[in-house]
Amino acid sequence: MKNISSKQLVSVGLLLFAIFVAAPLIIGATGRWDFYFTLTSVALLAIASAGVWLTFYIGRINIGQGAFALIGAYVSAILVVKSGVSFWISLPAAGIFAAIVAIVIGLPILRLRGVYFAMITLVLTQVVTLTALALPITNGAKGISSIPLPSGVSLFGIPIIPDFAAMESTKLAFYYTACILMIATYAALYRLVNSRLGHLCRSMQQNEELASSIGVNISYIRMVIFAISSFFGGIGGAMFGSIAQSVYPSSFQVADSVNFMLNCFLGGLGYVFGPMLGTLVLYFGWDLLFELGKYQLLVYSIILIAVIRFLPNGLLSVRIGKGASK
Amino acid sequence: MSALLQVKNVTKKYGGLTANNNISFDVSENEILSVIGPNGAGKSTLFKMISSFTPTTSGEVLYHGERISNLKPHIVARKGIVRTFQETTIFKSMTVRESVIVAQHLRAKASLAGYFWGTKTAKEDVAAFGIYADELLEFLGMSSISSELAHNLPQGNLRALGVAIGLATAPKVLLLDEPFAGMNHDETMQMVDLVRSVRDERGVTVLLVEHDMPAVMNISDRIVVLNFGEKIAEGSPSEIQNNEKVIEAYLGSVDDEIGM
Ligand SMILES: Nc1ncnc2c1ncn2[C@@H]1O[C@H](COP(=O)(O)OP(=O)(O)OP(=O)(O)O)[C@@H](O)[C@H]1O
Ligand SMILES: [Mg+2]
Repeated sequence: MKNISSKQLVSVGLLLFAIFVAAPLIIGATGRWDFYFTLTSVALLAIASAGVWLTFYIGRINIGQGAFALIGAYVSAILVVKSGVSFWISLPAAGIFAAIVAIVIGLPILRLRGVYFAMITLVLTQVVTLTALALPITNGAKGISSIPLPSGVSLFGIPIIPDFAAMESTKLAFYYTACILMIATYAALYRLVNSRLGHLCRSMQQNEELASSIGVNISYIRMVIFAISSFFGGIGGAMFGSIAQSVYPSSFQVADSVNFMLNCFLGGLGYVFGPMLGTLVLYFGWDLLFELGKYQLLVYSIILIAVIRFLPNGLLSVRIGKGASK
Repeated sequence: MSALLQVKNVTKKYGGLTANNNISFDVSENEILSVIGPNGAGKSTLFKMISSFTPTTSGEVLYHGERISNLKPHIVARKGIVRTFQETTIFKSMTVRESVIVAQHLRAKASLAGYFWGTKTAKEDVAAFGIYADELLEFLGMSSISSELAHNLPQGNLRALGVAIGLATAPKVLLLDEPFAGMNHDETMQMVDLVRSVRDERGVTVLLVEHDMPAVMNISDRIVVLNFGEKIAEGSPSEIQNNEKVIEAYLGSVDDEIGM
């Protein structure tokens, strides 16, 4: 598990090729520029889903990622609009703020297990929405709109990130930004799972009593994981806000939180890259069923139930199952 | 000489049931001390209080004169007091070697972030964990099953894995709850030798709960006997075998179990 196999290298190479070469080429050839927006959304949703996957890794069902995405979107928007901070500083700040909120909320709720934890997180998105409606700083139902586009960044006079406002179309720039962030997220996730923290998570997932007998501080590790998970949510949310140039209390809803969780289920809880695939399939699956009109949700739900019923280990289990058994 | 571990007037009540009533005894360094008694006497409960898996109702447990009861299990483990479990308790989807590596958590020098970034200290840790794991499994005679998944192991090996995980933490005091359960005579005798060499070669103080009387009499320096939550006797194996109260307690439940 420690050494990256050649098969994995090929997969990662293919992914990078698809993102940075194939997708732009195809979009250029077909002229479907709107596709950039779709793929950007998938990448950002995949970042938030990666966080949800991580809470699954400590045996907790997290249906509250929408709350942290919303928090991230507001923090970034407020910093950029009201304090004039560069978006590129507001982005990590959004993640960190979401992580701090997660620590405060996590203290009492991370003790809960199974359906109890799931129910509380389910309510969380609604609580954040209501808070955003009530607080003066979030501007209530009007939300925050006309958020300026990310400004340029230069270090010692050398431009590193171009000014988005000066671009003719920001689609490609946002697409690359989202993809780079997604790749960084999943690289970090992979690394985390295969480092000591990941091993300790596995130990407590398999036997909490035994884990604490060998000195693992279970509540601390849970907290760290929940904070990292929410950090990803905050980053995803802040990016969305910047692309839409607006944030409203309804920007992320309970349904979004549920989708983040479904992305993980669908891709496979046993695979680090499961939520990425799950997000892609779920997002496109929904769009493809658009033709069905009022039956869209029904058919979509039935397919989801069938997939979870017949592929309990997710879509990635199909590929893995054929090759090496481990 | 002051004792390494002191159990002082420890009482545990579960509602109306008194599982341990005012138990006191000392454990000296490098001793193998067994706690015996009929089923339900309160032996496991006593171990759980010593390792802070459950709080005492009253009384306290001291280690080097410092209270270790009513804390958190991981804090007590950090001080070097580590328990194993009566029921099969393993990391079921890990291999034997992986289990023994993860159990070396307390020996880590690098921080969790250090492992993430792959610092030099972290790399040294990882290498050291592997070496120690192999050495420990060799010592326990488990090298041949080191890459087996825990949940595929037969019962006898599961017990040994429990002990291996406990030992991997490099404890000062190891509490073994029925480590010979489900083992045949030969396996038990092997385990007895192992436990003794854990004490002799690794300087670990051992507290043992066991029902296998021949093994207990063979291995123990001293024995504490519990019955219905009360301590009814304490002494050397020969003293215990001839103790009237002990014989009575055992005759009441399992005939002749104490004689060897
Ligand atoms: N969590 C608990 N809640 C209520 N009662 C308990 C609990 N744990 C143990 N007991 C009771 O306390 C008493 C002592 O149990 P304990 O497990 O310590 O016995 P033991 O000496 O280890 O027995 P055995 O030899 O069967 O393992 C028993 O009557 C048991 O039912
Ligand atoms: Mg017991």
